[in-house]
Amino acid sequence: MRIRRNQRRRIVDRIMGVLSVLATVVALIPLASILIYVSAKGLSAINWDFFTKLPKPVGEPGGGMANAIVGTMILVGLASAMGIPLGILAGIYLAEFGRGRLAWTVRFICDVMTGIPSIIVGIAVYGTIVVAMKRYSAIAGGVALAIIMLPLVTRTTEEMLKLVPNSLREASLALGAPQWRTVVSVVLRSAAGGIITGVMLAVARIAGETAPLLFTALSSRYWHTGLDQRIASLPVYIYTYATTPYEDLHRLAWGAALVLLALVLVTSMAARVAGRRASGGNRG
Amino acid sequence: MRKKSYKAWLEGDIAFRGFTYLAALSLVGVVLAILWVLVEKSQLTFTKFGPGFALGSRWDPVHGVFGALPLVYGTVVSSLIALAIALPLSLGIAIYLTQLAPHWLRGPVSFLVELLAAIPSVVYGLWGVFVLVPWVRSSVEPVLGSALGFLPLFRGAPYGFGMLAAGIILAIMITPTISAVSREVLLAVPRSQQEAMLALGATRWETIRMVVLPYGRSGILGAAILGLGRALGETMAVTMVIGNRPQISPSLFELAQTIASIIANEFSEAFNDLHLSALVAAGFILFVITLLLHVMARLLVWRVARVPQGVTRE
Repeated sequence: MRIRRNQRRRIVDRIMGVLSVLATVVALIPLASILIYVSAKGLSAINWDFFTKLPKPVGEPGGGMANAIVGTMILVGLASAMGIPLGILAGIYLAEFGRGRLAWTVRFICDVMTGIPSIIVGIAVYGTIVVAMKRYSAIAGGVALAIIMLPLVTRTTEEMLKLVPNSLREASLALGAPQWRTVVSVVLRSAAGGIITGVMLAVARIAGETAPLLFTALSSRYWHTGLDQRIASLPVYIYTYATTPYEDLHRLAWGAALVLLALVLVTSMAARVAGRRASGGNRG
Repeated sequence: MRKKSYKAWLEGDIAFRGFTYLAALSLVGVVLAILWVLVEKSQLTFTKFGPGFALGSRWDPVHGVFGALPLVYGTVVSSLIALAIALPLSLGIAIYLTQLAPHWLRGPVSFLVELLAAIPSVVYGLWGVFVLVPWVRSSVEPVLGSALGFLPLFRGAPYGFGMLAAGIILAIMITPTISAVSREVLLAVPRSQQEAMLALGATRWETIRMVVLPYGRSGILGAAILGLGRALGETMAVTMVIGNRPQISPSLFELAQTIASIIANEFSEAFNDLHLSALVAAGFILFVITLLLHVMARLLVWRVARVPQGVTRE
């Protein structure tokens, strides 16, 4: 009797072990499928024209996505120019000065912001900047992406600065350096590795964002002509091309997906490597 | 001379502190601005339909009648399908990665699972349209329909596009979130308790069921809610596979619409001010739902993280 019960326990143990392995395998199947399809279908769409030509109207063969590639770079650059400095400063406030009610509020708000759906950010930017400028523009798209980036950068900066030992701050202050000097040259410097990783991950994240661009930057069939004009981007092109019934455009969408995915994945990987190197260098 | 340099010294500090203070305030400002736009731009709808907007079951831009119920229904149901699939999967992954996997495998596997989170939503959508939807149409829906067709859930023609496809794609997208948080939670379970259980002769599964999972219960709940929050607000992938028809149908095979996807679809082509404000009003509802869920999840995860090691809870 007893032996049979033990056997049953052992079998249940074995089954649950197998199930957990199975869960992991099942979760990785979509990953493999996405990577395989995007590389296979994307590679067949990519050629020299893809990187150098403008998109052609439906029906005409050829054409590329050069404007969308440049557009994505511009949008990400704009967002980074706003989001990174602001986020790092806010992170410094939270880590170095943040005590009391305001710091608590900012921390809470920062947390809430990471949970706001990106499409809502799009609406907010539409309601302020687009309405005020009376047109869709690269600036509006950049601001929307910067808003998504802001809490991510703030959070990482705060966490990384808090890891810096207090003795470093005290040593710098004891040498007569003012506090700002201490923060900039000592604290920020020794936390640089982690902050760079976090910032690059945030950049990778916004590079693939589509929803906030739909009614801020919109899209465009031409080269960008100014920051106050609408601008093309890879994610929006993937969306519009994938939802048309034309085979040619589907092919281009896969090509764009491959370029976008490569951009995002390479940035995320580089983030980890860069972070490891920067912090490794400081440790010595 | 000395006095002057001291003054400069102090001024530099005050200016620096001021800058960081302003930057921190800008976060508060951004959230207030978002809230203001949502409230201000949805005025028209809420004054015309009142709170009944949330309960109206007809969304008809042509006749200017707007009710958000089909959208809320689509949002909630697609997210719940996603949670029903993703939660067991993620728990399995978290258990495997913290308890069972050989040590050399843990790093690479969790890296791969996290890679799922790095893929942009629109790429999921593209894959969904051309790979997932045909698969759902040809394999999943016919099988479900013939095996479980007596339930109203699985009746109807297999379109491929629709609620089920949206639920599946959301499940894939939130799995890395839920499994990463659950993994952290399970890692926080004190080693001594597991060892005590094993020493009493429990099998590994019994240890997991009676010590590890109960200890991490509220953290896992928090992870699930965090995942749910992500699913509710997810836009692009859902828009591309859900079929975009605002209707309430018991069948998961039917086309549907979520709040986020209708905004993505109709916002830039809104007929008039009322239509636009109805979309913003729907967005406001989404904002409130995700906000509440997010706060709840955070509180739960924090509570777990705060329990000191080696201290048991009832």
